[in-house]
Amino acid sequence: MNKKQYLAAFGTGLLFAFGLALSGMTLPSKVIGFFDFSDGLTSWDPSLAFVMGGGVLVYLPVWRLVKGRARPLFDERFRLPTRKDIDGRLLLGAALFGIGWGLGGYCPGPALTSVGSFSSKALVMVASMLLGMVGFQQLDKLRARSKAAREVPSNGKVAS
Amino acid sequence: MENFTPYTSLAGGLLIGLAAAGMLVLNGRIAGISGITGGVLKGDVGDTLWRFLFVAGLLAGGFAYSFVDPDAFSIAIERSTGALVVAGLLVGFGTQMGNGCTSGHGICGLSRFSGRSLAAVVTFMSFAALTVFLVNHFFGGVL
Repeated sequence: MNKKQYLAAFGTGLLFAFGLALSGMTLPSKVIGFFDFSDGLTSWDPSLAFVMGGGVLVYLPVWRLVKGRARPLFDERFRLPTRKDIDGRLLLGAALFGIGWGLGGYCPGPALTSVGSFSSKALVMVASMLLGMVGFQQLDKLRARSKAAREVPSNGKVAS
Repeated sequence: MENFTPYTSLAGGLLIGLAAAGMLVLNGRIAGISGITGGVLKGDVGDTLWRFLFVAGLLAGGFAYSFVDPDAFSIAIERSTGALVVAGLLVGFGTQMGNGCTSGHGICGLSRFSGRSLAAVVTFMSFAALTVFLVNHFFGGVL
């Protein structure tokens, strides 16, 4: 990793936060308003769709331009997801995230950005979010370890 | 649609897209907040500082913006601390399990026509809507 990459990471984080705050997504009421049809269209707030639409409007053409390139500007190669399979883990994870998102009105970006503004409610949300992240990572590690243990032959020697 | 803010929301979305595009063009990575944050917690050698700096950028951005417009962070929903704790645990656990959130699967994944991301977005949007419906229906919108 070089200094340029570190600077780019900080700069894009900063810009991301400005975008989130300007868009209104740091207001849980607007997120919940997008999913709220209790008064029909009167209570509905379509803003969230405009935020995602705006993001895709910029990212999609840039992605098309970048796709054929050999490397990004500050690194030797791209580090992008390659998986294509839709498994139960993806869907269950997304479902749990969706329930939490609807419950609190915060997804990870706006929650972290709001902590920067010293919002105590966002701080509570982020603290338990980090706990949830560590919780999954530890469970996943345990699972991987017990799977590896099962694959070792009974005499304890790993076949070479 | 009394709270609809089409212009600022679109403008904010364009900035978010620009930030995510910057991460792709400059560092060659997906700007997924939950993935980047989860990586800070893993603490792998050589793969942590840039993630930490990105999150620091988010916090610094929120801090700076709170001077420009403090109302951007006012919480006008009725959610107890307990509800937020449960929400946080679900968001943290779920985004690690499902490999992404609104930024990584939503903006980056949909733009890349990723089938996995589309499946994730449809799922988390549906469950968020269902949750809001249930909170409104059974708790009068207060939890």
